Amino acid sequence: MKSIFDWLSANEQMIYIIILVIFLGFIVISRVPTVLHTPLMSHANAISGVVIIGAIIVMGRADSNNYGALILGLLAVIAGAINVVGGFVVTDRMMEMFKKKK
Amino acid sequence: MGVSILTIIYIIAAVTFIMGLKMMSNPKTARKGNTTAGIGMLFAIFGTIFLFKDETGANLGNYTWIFGGLLIGAIAGIIMAKKVKMTAMPEMVSMFNGLGGASAALISTVEFNRLVKDNFQITVGETGVAAANELLVLPVTAGTLLILFSGLVLGGITFSGSVIAWGKLSGRVKDFAFKGQHLINIGLLILAIGLAAYVTANKTEVSPVWFYLVLILSLIYGIFFVLPIGGADMPVVISLLNSLSGISAACSGFLYNNKVILTGGILVGAAGTILTVLMCRAMNRSLLNVLIGSFGGSQTSGSDKGPMQHKEISLNDAAVVMSFANKVIVVPGYGLAVAQAQHACHELEKLLESKGVQVKYAIHPVAGRMPGHMNVLLAEADVSYEKLLEMEVANQEFPTTDVVLVLGANDVVNPAAKHDQASPIYGMPILDVESARMVIVNKRSMKPGYAGIENELFYQPKTSMLFGDAKKALNDLVTEIKSI
Repeated sequence: MKSIFDWLSANEQMIYIIILVIFLGFIVISRVPTVLHTPLMSHANAISGVVIIGAIIVMGRADSNNYGALILGLLAVIAGAINVVGGFVVTDRMMEMFKKKK
Repeated sequence: MGVSILTIIYIIAAVTFIMGLKMMSNPKTARKGNTTAGIGMLFAIFGTIFLFKDETGANLGNYTWIFGGLLIGAIAGIIMAKKVKMTAMPEMVSMFNGLGGASAALISTVEFNRLVKDNFQITVGETGVAAANELLVLPVTAGTLLILFSGLVLGGITFSGSVIAWGKLSGRVKDFAFKGQHLINIGLLILAIGLAAYVTANKTEVSPVWFYLVLILSLIYGIFFVLPIGGADMPVVISLLNSLSGISAACSGFLYNNKVILTGGILVGAAGTILTVLMCRAMNRSLLNVLIGSFGGSQTSGSDKGPMQHKEISLNDAAVVMSFANKVIVVPGYGLAVAQAQHACHELEKLLESKGVQVKYAIHPVAGRMPGHMNVLLAEADVSYEKLLEMEVANQEFPTTDVVLVLGANDVVNPAAKHDQASPIYGMPILDVESARMVIVNKRSMKPGYAGIENELFYQPKTSMLFGDAKKALNDLVTEIKSI
């Protein structure tokens, strides 16, 4: 138990960020009109692909002889890249359709 | 120097994510918002590759692997995003979602292995300092393990759940539920969390096998949790999975003390949660109810009123009433998506407008299979978004409407939601199409909708049925109206 408390106080900054961003997310989203719910979701989806940065770090730190880690890391990078690139491109495609009208 | 530049890049990226989401709230700025966040992401990715230094000050290695992965993923992502049909958008989004979750789960796995190394067993040290144990190679704090496990469990659930959601939406996987499934689901979840807690809290040796057991349990839970959920509830589930993928990403951010991953992940988690709540509210159900009370086909209440008569309308009659109406409101549903009828629908709208008929669309918040599904489809067909009415506005306009054309929608216009307390959809706000002067319903057959309930709207005196595939029916209507 003590170690959990120690860990919490050691990560004070991160916990502040989490709390503030939760409120920020609530506020930013609650005014989005229904029309934009699908693009909003795929946009948010693309942002959650930010996990790819973690995948890159994992990959870059892996021992270059440790093929297990390299292959799992590679899969993580590929999955993250599809998530990020696909997410942004598909959102852009949708928004292009919304724009065309006069 | 490099590291401080990276910090600045991360801060800028986090700001672009927030601005991007903010700009999504208006159709005029949404596209720019998407591009902004995309550029921020690009900077964060390349900044990490070239500027990141670990605790020992070493740069990242394995560039070939990193760029190989990026290239494969980017190309696959672009192809998938460009090729997907607008009607298949829900599948696509849940697929991308699942990949994000998979990435988070994989990161946890690799990190865990890095900590455990080959045959060594780990011991949870009180303060992160190695205890006197020969087997211990790396000190791990309980907090780190907790984060590793959170990322693993959430990422695993997001991945397997999204794969099932994708399969169900594309028709590859059928709904599947058995008696007591909810109990088993809850049991699985408790077991996975319990195991993770046991490993985290245990001060003695813990075998890596436990870790993989937690991963497997999470994957199975993800499958069982999405399998029984009915198609009509899919928008809620996709939005929930979206939120989970954000939270699992945030776990990796916590793990690396990386604030941009944390901000992005939590932002999406919070946004996804709000969207999920909005969806549930639109159906007047609680999230728990959606997850547990899967729509069953066993409910037969209200359908024992004896055989009811519906009447059909000929194409010619439908064409005449619509072209001589003052105002027509179209209510699209999943049937429109299945038939890919959005272009035919716009065609009809233009033709009627040229005859001086006012045409609008009434969009129910949960019409289709994902939030805002209908809006995207109609936008693809060039329907101006000013013509799309949200439910409250539409309900005020129905009394002054001459003809309502229901295209492949069912449960969202079922009056049973208002007065039949035994109905599974009782209490869900619906589009009051019956307050219009006349209702024309286009369906393929009299079969009940996804919720498996009869719709008494079809038997009302002011309702006429126009059977057939939505696309074909609309094209025929257009031809018919032109010949008047």
